[in-house]
Amino acid sequence: MPAAEATGNLTLRPWSIVTKIVYDKDSQKATGVEILDAETNETIVYDSKIVFLCASSLNSSAILMRSATEIWPEGLGSSSGELGHNVMDHHFRLGANGTMEGYEDKYYFGRRPGGFYVPRYRNLGDEKRDYVRGFGYQGGASRSGWSRTVAELDFGAPLKAELTEPGPWSLGMTAFGEILPYHENTAKLSKTEKDKWGMYVLVMDAEIKENEKKMRVDMMNDAAEMLEAAGVKNVTTYDNGYTFGQGIHEMGTARMGRDPKSSVLNGNNQVWDAKNVFVTDGASMTSTAAQNPSLTYMAMTARAAAFAVDELKKGNL
Amino acid sequence: MNRREALKSVVLMMGGTMVGANVILTGCTPEYRIEGLDFTEKDLAFMDEIGEAIIPTTDTPGAKATGIGMFMAMMVKETYDKEQQETFIAGLNSLHADFKSDTGNEFMKVSVEERTAYLNKLNQKAKAEFSEGDKVPSYVNMFKDLTILGYFTSEIGATQALRYIETPGKYDPCLEYKKGDRAWAL
Repeated sequence: MPAAEATGNLTLRPWSIVTKIVYDKDSQKATGVEILDAETNETIVYDSKIVFLCASSLNSSAILMRSATEIWPEGLGSSSGELGHNVMDHHFRLGANGTMEGYEDKYYFGRRPGGFYVPRYRNLGDEKRDYVRGFGYQGGASRSGWSRTVAELDFGAPLKAELTEPGPWSLGMTAFGEILPYHENTAKLSKTEKDKWGMYVLVMDAEIKENEKKMRVDMMNDAAEMLEAAGVKNVTTYDNGYTFGQGIHEMGTARMGRDPKSSVLNGNNQVWDAKNVFVTDGASMTSTAAQNPSLTYMAMTARAAAFAVDELKKGNL
Repeated sequence: MNRREALKSVVLMMGGTMVGANVILTGCTPEYRIEGLDFTEKDLAFMDEIGEAIIPTTDTPGAKATGIGMFMAMMVKETYDKEQQETFIAGLNSLHADFKSDTGNEFMKVSVEERTAYLNKLNQKAKAEFSEGDKVPSYVNMFKDLTILGYFTSEIGATQALRYIETPGKYDPCLEYKKGDRAWAL
């Protein structure tokens, strides 16, 4: 943002609800963006040569679904039949932890900004588990605090003395796994329910399926195995279940691809049906892998922006 | 970091198993609570002393100095459901009555050490009952949980019993530690 501001070309307009991308049938391009001012209720159209949709995965697709509906009833990009489909996330909330004996003469100062990361190792090379793709782990270690159970201690001074000191070290790791793209996992506009601004809301219909469930068995057990091999004691596993969307790494619904019949965007993140509209947030993802995705969105955005500028200069857009 | 946030992160650390955890984490009041539950000055004084017997004054102030009675009252009113509230109140009454019948004295009139000893006896009994099958948290556990939680998130507990540094700035992953060094409050 500071870099953009420094160009002198940045206008940031808050309280602006994008209602649709304005599309011109004859040129097959977007001519701009229509907004509803949330404070004044005014409708305003901003003209533009290029539109970058980075409204956050589901919202980017929702905007597409509300655009060019006089040509495609299901929205701009729906000609592929994939707009609003293949909604994905990362499933997680399971892993293992335990206690580490020793190291009582070590502590730490301050707050660690990150933990350790174990990248995906399953289904690589010749390995074939009973599921495809894989997962990674995030983990950390710490000394327990005063909230630890010290059931064996008596009330009074002994209890107080014990809890004013740090407890034993514990180590834990928690897994994040890939969710495959399933056509039937959807996020589409309701045909009946509107929000307070009169826009149809999104309805999610998605669940994890057999592949993810089988993967979760390894996600939990592998963690315990690794901790035990590292000498961690009292290892326990946990699986707190997963509800679609809890990962807040939602992706898909306007995926990239090589064929306009099975994808919404081409390899440059351009909407096949409107080459000057780019979608570079999570909506564009075709698969999720297991890593946190935002840096990938940023990289794709930088790449697509450079491409867009290049195309503009060549007169292609 | 304010106390509410500290409470939330503690509850998460405890795996949300503490009584009232659900309410603290979601901010949703329990569906069924006792109407108009309140504690008198006498009740609060009693609860102050229960807390003090669990975490007494040593070289640093104990739970009573932190107003532990009011903390317990607030937690029981705001985060316990009806059944838990009933257990707690019945517990207060049992403690009062049983102490008198077992020792011949009033809880509020004896020394802190005597109260602590009595609560320890009750605690041993409750642990034995718990492991024998009655998996309901006893009122002794409630007193203990509330005292520990209230004490270590109070200003006295966090700054005197523990070491309180709100914005440490740097991170040192490998600090030498010797027995007796106090833990970080946050």
